[in-house]
Amino acid sequence: MLKDETKNAINELMKLYPEKRSALIPALHLAQAEKGYLPKDVQAEVAVLFAIEPSEVLAIVSFYDMFYEKPVGKKVVHICKNLSCMLRGSDELLEKICTRLKINPGETTADGEFTLLKSECLAACDLAPVLQVNDELIGCVQDVHLDEILGEKGKG
Amino acid sequence: MKQMPILTEYILFPGQTNIAVYKENGGYKAIQKAIPAMTPDQVIATVKQSELRGRGGAGFVTGMKWGFVPKDPALTKYLVCNCDESEPGTFKDRFLIEHDPHQLIEGIILASYAIGAQLAFIYCRGEFHKGFKILKKAVEEAKAEGLLGKKINDSDFSLEIIVHPGAGAYIAGEETAQLNSLEGYRATPRLKPPFPATNGLYNKPTVVNNVETLCNVVHILNRGADWFQSIGKPKNRGTKIYQISGHVQKPGCYEFPLGVPLKDVLEAAGGVTKGRSFKACYPGGSSCSLLTEKDLDLSMDFESLQARKSALGTASIIVMDDSTDMVKVAHRLMEFYQHESCGKCTPCREGTRWVVQILARILRKDGYYGDLKTIRDVCRNMEILPFCPLAIGASPPILSAMDAFPEEFDSYIRKNPNADKPPKMKIAYPYM
Repeated sequence: MLKDETKNAINELMKLYPEKRSALIPALHLAQAEKGYLPKDVQAEVAVLFAIEPSEVLAIVSFYDMFYEKPVGKKVVHICKNLSCMLRGSDELLEKICTRLKINPGETTADGEFTLLKSECLAACDLAPVLQVNDELIGCVQDVHLDEILGEKGKG
Repeated sequence: MKQMPILTEYILFPGQTNIAVYKENGGYKAIQKAIPAMTPDQVIATVKQSELRGRGGAGFVTGMKWGFVPKDPALTKYLVCNCDESEPGTFKDRFLIEHDPHQLIEGIILASYAIGAQLAFIYCRGEFHKGFKILKKAVEEAKAEGLLGKKINDSDFSLEIIVHPGAGAYIAGEETAQLNSLEGYRATPRLKPPFPATNGLYNKPTVVNNVETLCNVVHILNRGADWFQSIGKPKNRGTKIYQISGHVQKPGCYEFPLGVPLKDVLEAAGGVTKGRSFKACYPGGSSCSLLTEKDLDLSMDFESLQARKSALGTASIIVMDDSTDMVKVAHRLMEFYQHESCGKCTPCREGTRWVVQILARILRKDGYYGDLKTIRDVCRNMEILPFCPLAIGASPPILSAMDAFPEEFDSYIRKNPNADKPPKMKIAYPYM
């Protein structure tokens, strides 16, 4: 169940817009911030708040990349693989991160610490290659930065 | 040609995100000048006279777009600022909102006044966590100073701004898809006509303008349409924030008058990576044909690039040096379009998938000579048959790479001993 605090915040969001359905995407951001991801029961709860069918919420969750239908790690590492980052070594960087975390893109480490996701252009090509770890953008990533970004995980 | 910082003049000034500093640097003067001293029609006329063209990629004349909005005061109207920057190679809007958010807010106030909107939205790309917070704070600051809210500058004009987060979808940058997204639906494009100017958000008259476009409005109102007309080339007035990335020494945003030669932007970025030579570049984000060394003198404006069968787009130059594998580039870009296709129309949903899988097998050295013709056929269908511009933009980056560097595609295919047999066309399902 979503916390009352989250539900209240969602109700406030709905009042902001001329039509309350406009608050659906911001509301799902709030729900995901609380739960970490958006399982079916949370989607159903949001559907009730908006008085729409759960399938309509699923249509949104499954369409937009930022919504997770499955649990993710505490830290979600997005690595940009688009052209500007590729030209500046993002493929090699991705390989190194996979080796360190011992997972493939799309997977989560066994301890639930990290999820690694390939991302499309993050609009920071001046800083390529770019990672986004949860809400934080990290640019000009070099091998030496990986210790700090990934912590002790699979060091060396 | 020399750089000409207008929109970026104070962008790295310490504290520029604070309203007090923005004002010290001449901010919100255009509001004082225009509201209520100028009528909304006079504001539209000034922007029309300046010949400002949209900076989001399509280059439509901004004043004309505003002019399509019905004048009936009984109709509710909306302004939507498109800040869903997702075109590969593009990062000017992020730069503008993170460092000078009030310039955008001032532009939104002016545009809303001109079209008679009392509610404006900033559709901010979901991944822009930092920019989103900065915009929210800037809106609060403007509200506290009476620049937003009821009866702005003791006029009859009132305005609220909602900063709205997206959730990760390239297609939400297309204006009608953005309106669907803002209404709480999937970001799929709408059939045009009717256009948003008459039937937009909640079916009400709506103007959708890019961040950089709205920032330009502030300076046009401050310094006049004649001043703006004195910069750039005919039909291409004012400055443009050119972004350059990839194999250059100093990737970044460089503001020049529209029509700067490509080589001058390259030079500002310190030139190609040390020890390497220029091979090709995409001049307007990835959704256009690439340019090669013989195009370095080309003027970076809407018409010149169109004449070269490419496009200015968002003026985002992705530079590739002589070490670049063009087959890999083509495959990587088509993967992007496949991932971002909304699935509404068949040419885009299926076409992008086919081309990705064909390019993947060529890269695996399993390609056939016949594959090249199939890619061309599919790309042609994506150019002429799709519902919206996404698939139209997906084809030129691939075809232009095949045209300019055919030997690279051939050399991969030659490695398949059965390359001259008829290609087997088996597309993998379920969707990958």
